[in-house]
Amino acid sequence: MMNLHSMTAISRRGVLAGGAALGLLGLSGRPLRAEATPTKGGVLKLGIGGGSTTDDFDIRKLTDWVPVNQAYMVMNGLVEIDADNTAQPELFESWEAAEGAVEWTFKVRQGITFHNGKTLTADDILYSLNLHRGDSGSAARSVAAAIKELVKLDETTVKITLESGNADLPYVLSDYHFLVVPEGFDDWMNPIGTGPFKLERMEPGVRARFTRNESYWKPGCANVDAVEVIVINDIAARTNALMSGQVHAINSVDFKTVDLLGRNPNIEIVKSAGGQHFTFLMDCTQAPFTDTNIRLAIKHAVDREQLLTTALRGYGQLGNDHPIPKTDRFFNAELPQRAYDPEKAKFYLKQAGLDSLSITLSASDAAFAGAVDAAAIFRTAAAGAGIDVTLKREPADGYWNDVWMKAPFCMSYWGGRPTADQMLTIAYESSSAQNDTHWKNARFDSLLKEARALLDEEKRREIYWELQQIIHDDGGAMIPMFGDYLDAVSKKVKGVTPHPMFNLMGARMAEKVWLDA
Amino acid sequence: MTTLILKRLGLGLFTLWLVSVLVFAGTEILPGDVAGAILGQNATPESLAALRTQLGLDEPALMRYLGWLGGITHGDLGQSLANHRPVAELLWPRFWNTMALAAYAGVIAIPLAVSLGILAAARRGRFFDRFANIAALALVSLPEYFLGLLLILGLSVRTGWLPSLADTYEGMGLVDWFRATTLPMLVLVMVTMAQILRMTRTTVLGVMDQPYIETAFLKGLRNGRVVLRHATPNAAAPIVNVVSFNIAYLITGVVLVEAVFNYNGLGRFMVDAVSKRDLPMVQGAAIVFGAAYVLLNMIADIAAIALNPRLRHPRAKGA
Repeated sequence: MMNLHSMTAISRRGVLAGGAALGLLGLSGRPLRAEATPTKGGVLKLGIGGGSTTDDFDIRKLTDWVPVNQAYMVMNGLVEIDADNTAQPELFESWEAAEGAVEWTFKVRQGITFHNGKTLTADDILYSLNLHRGDSGSAARSVAAAIKELVKLDETTVKITLESGNADLPYVLSDYHFLVVPEGFDDWMNPIGTGPFKLERMEPGVRARFTRNESYWKPGCANVDAVEVIVINDIAARTNALMSGQVHAINSVDFKTVDLLGRNPNIEIVKSAGGQHFTFLMDCTQAPFTDTNIRLAIKHAVDREQLLTTALRGYGQLGNDHPIPKTDRFFNAELPQRAYDPEKAKFYLKQAGLDSLSITLSASDAAFAGAVDAAAIFRTAAAGAGIDVTLKREPADGYWNDVWMKAPFCMSYWGGRPTADQMLTIAYESSSAQNDTHWKNARFDSLLKEARALLDEEKRREIYWELQQIIHDDGGAMIPMFGDYLDAVSKKVKGVTPHPMFNLMGARMAEKVWLDA
Repeated sequence: MTTLILKRLGLGLFTLWLVSVLVFAGTEILPGDVAGAILGQNATPESLAALRTQLGLDEPALMRYLGWLGGITHGDLGQSLANHRPVAELLWPRFWNTMALAAYAGVIAIPLAVSLGILAAARRGRFFDRFANIAALALVSLPEYFLGLLLILGLSVRTGWLPSLADTYEGMGLVDWFRATTLPMLVLVMVTMAQILRMTRTTVLGVMDQPYIETAFLKGLRNGRVVLRHATPNAAAPIVNVVSFNIAYLITGVVLVEAVFNYNGLGRFMVDAVSKRDLPMVQGAAIVFGAAYVLLNMIADIAAIALNPRLRHPRAKGA
């Protein structure tokens, strides 16, 4: 047995902060930039888009930003992803994996009480995790299906046996559905958790108010007296609410207006680079994309710089035709960045026996805000490489049912995943139901499986680098850019950091920040 | 007259039934369904089929329509597909919010518009008349959301006088409530006033061209008295009509205004429900909007019948 958590954490921290960081092990949620010590008090007001009248706190059905942020106010997870994209202990205090990464033991954090006074035990964690297993209707059902057996060894130890080895299990357990409620709990309108705040009242899809859990266990957290969430789905209304000072922070700022908002001296734009990326999907089972040369021609016929500066106003990173972001510890830094090269595109067309190519691209802003503009920009660049692209505008309604994974060439996106393995598995493994380019590569599949069970970081890195190379050269997805997550926050709010997972500090802003006195 | 009113009531009920058919058919032909909306990118054929069965979406449309219609007739609007709570419980508080905002706007807009319209008629062709006309036309030509954004910029973001969010909640003070809803109220007043004002002016002027008004002038009455005592009462029917038409608009047409100001009324409720493909919620909201519209138009017609002697005694029409 070896302690995987300590191992990875030390090596990451060693690079980032030197040996002094050792003392911080197990202390999650520390602000990235050293600001003054947190002060207590005040009411934090968050204007969040992504809520509806039917929201509640059912941890199996968290699908939009308002319920996710609110759930993190009331409850804790098992594992937390910190601002450096590293798994940190939360209600699981430490963990160990046996060789092969199939059998894991987790220690339950001690001395934690729920809002109703009950003390946290292994039974609560078993109950909460089991809510997602089997035929549960949970949105995290497929993630939980990796768990073969879940047992309590004693009051403070949980043993998880997986269907097959996965060295990233702590990262997998950081999924925002894996929150903890007391054993037997099911009143999802009146949630009980161990989190930094207690729900005072909620009008679903409209507003909610939370008050501080005075005995919260995380040091330096739960600083504000109360949090008010106002659901503002309309982006213009959200922006106005921040500008007129009615809320302290808003999520999902529009790429088109972010620069205007940034000019306001009282507002700070928080841009978080993460795994969200935008894709042009070529179906590898439909002509002409069955030919690797055609796919390479398309990958050389796009002006990535122009797309990034125009469609995303520069708020993102260049994509290199694979889905692993720079923030991931397994990002292949030596893979040369592909550039716009019409001559090379023509060369690959010739290799495929063609002088020119006519294709149809299905686009809708359902894929991502600005997708239709991005398609038009691509069309112009591709024309320079002898590729004639016809744009087919699809309705946003039903895009995911009727176009995605059906049209031969269409636009799409992926939100980030906590680990390279999850991203590569969901979208590129042959057997995945969401392999959205229908790409099949036997070597890729076997390497992916091998890397998943490896506990040796260096060996894993080598394999993930090769996997990125394989997708870059052969895959059906042209990935021109990664988009940052954009939030806008009043300068009165302190302790704000970017976060690689989601908007609003990985949906945990309320827990971490404090207000300037 | 009673038969006429009864006929009008029957027609109203028939219209409501037609509305129910259209609402149901309309939500049927929306592309995508709640199963697809819930699963999004996680939609695989198997998970879609399982969820559809679970939600009862695989029953024939006619059966679902009859079940739904049966429910409505005794006030049961069904259950939300997303969290299985009764639609009615979620819907009515939002409906009363919309009504409150509509009432706030209506109470200010209607008397103001009618009196300005009468004043414009009395001052026909003079500066006030022209100014009122041009201003009304300009305001009605601007889309609500644009007006809303202009007001937010001027009265909220730049000056901080009023909040840009119409953020209301149960148990808030009356003063706070008025402060929060003043901006959306102003927008609604601006867009409804124009029509009422112009209609009032035109009808009053139409009556002013009648011979008996000329007689009143010849009797030596002053302009103001002629307009108020002789012309306006006879112009009442079309004015009542346009006023109730605008009240109906206030209640049903506020979707955009509610979105701009983030007001938690029925309009935003419906937008949420549509984006989640939660069809019982969409249908519930649509039928309530439809009923409000039909009801107010019916009241307008009945009022017009009651106020118009020629409609009250239809046989005397040819005389």
